[in-house]
This record gives sequence, structure tokens and C-alpha cells, in this order.
Amino acid sequence: MTIPARPLISVEGLARRFGNTGPAVFEDIWFGVERGEFCCLIGHSGCGKTTILNVLAGLDAPSGGAVIVDNREIDGPSLDRAVIFQGHALLPWLTVLGNIAFAVASRWPSWDRAKVRAHAMTFIELVGLKGAENKRPAQLSGGMKQRVGIARALSIQPKMLLMDEPFSALDALTRGMLQEEVLRLCNETHQTVFMITHDVDEAILLADKIVLMTNGPGARIAEIVVNTMPRAERHRNDLHRHPQYYAIRNHLVEFLVNRSRNFDAEIAGQGYDPRRLRVVKPGLAAVNPPAEVVSLGLSR
Amino acid sequence: MKASLGLRAGLLSLLIFAAIVLVWQIAARPTAVSGPAVDPEYAKLVGAAAATGQKSAMPTPADIGATIWKHLQDPFYVRGSNDKGIGIQLAYSLGRVLLGFFLAAIAAVPLGFLIGMSPLVHRALDPFIQVLKPVSPLAWMPLALYTIKDSAVSSIFVIFICSVWPMLINTAFGVASVRKEWLNVARTLEVGPLRTAFRVILPAAAPTIMTGMRISIGIAWLVIVAAEMLVGGTGIGYFVWNEWNNLSIANIVTAILLIGVVGLLLDQVLARLTKLVTYPE
Repeated sequence: MTIPARPLISVEGLARRFGNTGPAVFEDIWFGVERGEFCCLIGHSGCGKTTILNVLAGLDAPSGGAVIVDNREIDGPSLDRAVIFQGHALLPWLTVLGNIAFAVASRWPSWDRAKVRAHAMTFIELVGLKGAENKRPAQLSGGMKQRVGIARALSIQPKMLLMDEPFSALDALTRGMLQEEVLRLCNETHQTVFMITHDVDEAILLADKIVLMTNGPGARIAEIVVNTMPRAERHRNDLHRHPQYYAIRNHLVEFLVNRSRNFDAEIAGQGYDPRRLRVVKPGLAAVNPPAEVVSLGLSR
Repeated sequence: MKASLGLRAGLLSLLIFAAIVLVWQIAARPTAVSGPAVDPEYAKLVGAAAATGQKSAMPTPADIGATIWKHLQDPFYVRGSNDKGIGIQLAYSLGRVLLGFFLAAIAAVPLGFLIGMSPLVHRALDPFIQVLKPVSPLAWMPLALYTIKDSAVSSIFVIFICSVWPMLINTAFGVASVRKEWLNVARTLEVGPLRTAFRVILPAAAPTIMTGMRISIGIAWLVIVAAEMLVGGTGIGYFVWNEWNNLSIANIVTAILLIGVVGLLLDQVLARLTKLVTYPE
């Protein structure tokens, strides 16, 4: 018997309860994130999304289940899993360079100052903040602060990035620019990313795989939506012109508006196995219409 | 055109100062007394000049000005153990305050760190702090004199005990209220506990700690005068008491003004240091 290869991140039977035996916020959560994949988790507030991310980051402990990363169960935070926090979480008494150098020096304690500085500078340039390296976070705009947060996370060259609604505090224009930047950075670095969002368009733009989570309490993973739009075809400005876009978007919105509330009724009587989730590709239905529809059109 | 607020405030201050000086000058002016006002036998005893009461013991502002000028011209003279320049007396007091203050900082900051980090230690030490904090520092003096058997060291101990509380409480509060997300950053970067303490918690809590130090040095400067009145020997507090025994009000007023100025300077130094470690969010 061969054991199937685990994905890079494997969430196995994760549960979180109020207290030790109280009602579950979520339970029996199973999903995986492959190496190099961009995975988004979508769900309403209160379903436990942030808790799942914090467990992945090692900042929080689950009530049950485990997270396996690289075939090892995680038991705490690690430099292999960089976190981009919702509120950027920069240290306000350090400059931009100081914030990133703090992370770099934590990753490679034996490096001398010059090497740390040079390494930090390359990541400041990568996110387009060259010239602002000596500014304090208070002197930066919200978008620039989040860029520093991204640079800090990337600078330690982690195996994966964990992002907790990283753009939700930004205005629409800045958010769009940063989303594209993140897409570019992930393409360049082949980074594995797990991101939490409740923005449907953000998920379609960035994610290869979208995990849908139902409402809490007792939240679970409903299904997994594969984003069949290739990364190269995803651009913020003409996303809505892509033939698959509306099919995927409608599927996600339909889930968030209706199905996330009534998912228990939906699966009643049907076989729902949290370990074998339904994988749907709503985008393909739009570009490959079912055969009978095509023949109907021809016969007319 | 309106002058700036600072200028107008300065003018008003000068006006108030002038009014006070004027009223004082009038109130303290020498009263002409016709004939011997006191018992001739008493006059013989104390000397004619004192007995006729040509001059009240209350000096005029001009007398004070002259006294201050006299002290400032030669602040560091030493003519015997009971006659030292006011600069030397202030230096003694400052030395005691700074020594007691720094000893208190060395004890309070690490202990405050511990209290701030550990809810257990916080709960365990809280009753002691709550009971000992409101005790007047001078109440410790007899105990200190008995155990230490040295008046100079005892006054330093009193300074220590009065400046330890604000620093302890502020450090504990500052450390306990460091933002969770900054600690999470350190955790995700696998920063060790010591490096987290010095690179994250200390800078985050530094403004609160410095505020505690500023309160402490203010209290210490208040207490040293009273402590030196009790233990005697040297110091500005002793100087004030000594001049009271000499009934030299001018010297006492001079000392009061200098105590105020030095207290102001101490406060300003700590305010500057606080500003240095304060970060905008």
C-alpha cells in the first residue's frame, strides 16, 4: 500500500471549540495547498477563517486535528511560514529598513550588518519602496505600509506566505495595485500562498484554488472551486472581460449569499465527506457549453 | 496685528511677576517705630538694633535679589561643616536623588518587566505593591536609620523607596500592554525571548517607562528636602532648616527658588529623554 503524497500544507481534521467541550466554531476541516499554489479561503466573518490561518502560522493551537507542513506536524511559529498581517504590524519605532532588517537578522543570525542591509534593500526595491527605506511607518501611506509588510514576509524567503485579509484596510485603488503586485511577485518567486479574504474579485484575480467555508458555528468546508483562468490571463483591469469570469464570480457570490447559510440543508441526505470534498470548475462550464446546447443551436 | 501667543503670555507673566514683587515690597517695607517698642531689659539682652525692630524679619524682594546674587557669585565655598555654599548643598541633594533614583530604576525596570510579562507574578506581588505604595517615604526613615545606621545612606534609601513605585507600576503596565501583533511578529520570526524583550518589548514600552521615571524623579526631588531636614548635615533641605534656625528668610526664599529651578531642569531632562524614545503610530 502506498501512502499518497501529501500536499505542502495539509490541514487534517482541524477543529476549534469554545472551551474544551463546548460547541464547535469549526470542525473536521480537511484541505491541502500544493507547492507553488495560491489558495484563497473565503467565508463570512465569524466562521473561523482567521483562527485557521493563525493555526497555520503556529500562533494559535486547535482544539483538535493537525496541520502537516512538509510532512511534519507544526507545533509553533516558524520562519518557513511568513505571515502578512491584516494591520501590517510594523514596529513603529523602526524605519522601513529597520523593520525588514529585523526579520532578515532573525532568519540569518550569523550575517553581518552589511549583508543584512543589502539583503533587506533588495526586497525594499522589489516592492517599489526604494528611497523610503529610512522613513518610519507613521510617515507612510496605508498601501506603502502593507508593501513593507509584504517585503518583510518575502525577505525571509519562506516556504509559504500566509495572508490574513492583507488588503482589506486599503482604499480600492491601492488595493488593486497591490493585488497585481502580489500576483507578479508570486509568479516570479513561485511562492506558495494561503490567503484569507471575503472579497470575491480578489480571490478570482489571485487564487488558483478557492476554498469555500460555510457560516459558523459548526463551520465546515463546502467545496473547492478551481480557478480555471490561467494566471497569465488574469489582469485586474480586464478581468471582467474574461469569458470564465462571470461564471466563477456568480458561483462564489451564490455561495456567499445563499449556500453558506443553508449548507447543512443542502447536504442533508447526500453523501458529504469532509475528507473528499467536491471540486468544482464553474469557469469551464462557461467556455465549454454542454454538448446538447451546442447541437440545439446547430439544428435551429 | 496680533502678537504671537507666546509673546503675549510672556508679557502677562512679567506683569504678574511685577505685581507680586510690588505688593511684596510694600508689605515688607521697614516700618518706622517711634521710641523703644520693647521692654528695655529685653532690648539690652538682644541688642538695640534688633529690639527697635527697624526692620522686619521678612525681607523685601530687593533683599532677596541681593541674597541670590551673593549666593550665585560664590556658590561653592566651604567655611566649616555648617557653612557651605548653596551650590555645594544642591550638589549633595542632587547626588542623593540621582543615586537613589538610579538604584530604584535598576530594581524597578527588571521587576516591572517580570510583573508585566507574568500574570502570576503580577497577582502575587500586587498586594505588597498596593500596601507599600501609599506609605509616605519619610515613614521609612526611622527604620532605615535603625538598620543602616548611616544618615546619608538612609536618605538615599528613602529616595529609592519613593521613586521605585511609579517606575515599577509604569514598567509593568507598559510591558503588559505591548500590542499583541508586535509580539506575534516576533513569534513568527522565531525571535528568542531575550531578543524579543530588548528589541520589541523594551522599545514598545519605553515611552510608558520613561513617563514613570519622570514621575519618580519629581517625587524624589520633593522628598529629598524633607529627608535632609530630618537627617541634617548636608543638602539643600538641611540648608533650609539651618537658615530657619538663623531666621534668615532671604536665604530660605533663595533656596526655595533654587529648589524649584533644579526640579524644573530635572523634569525637562526626563521630558526630553521621553520624547527621544516616543514613536508615532
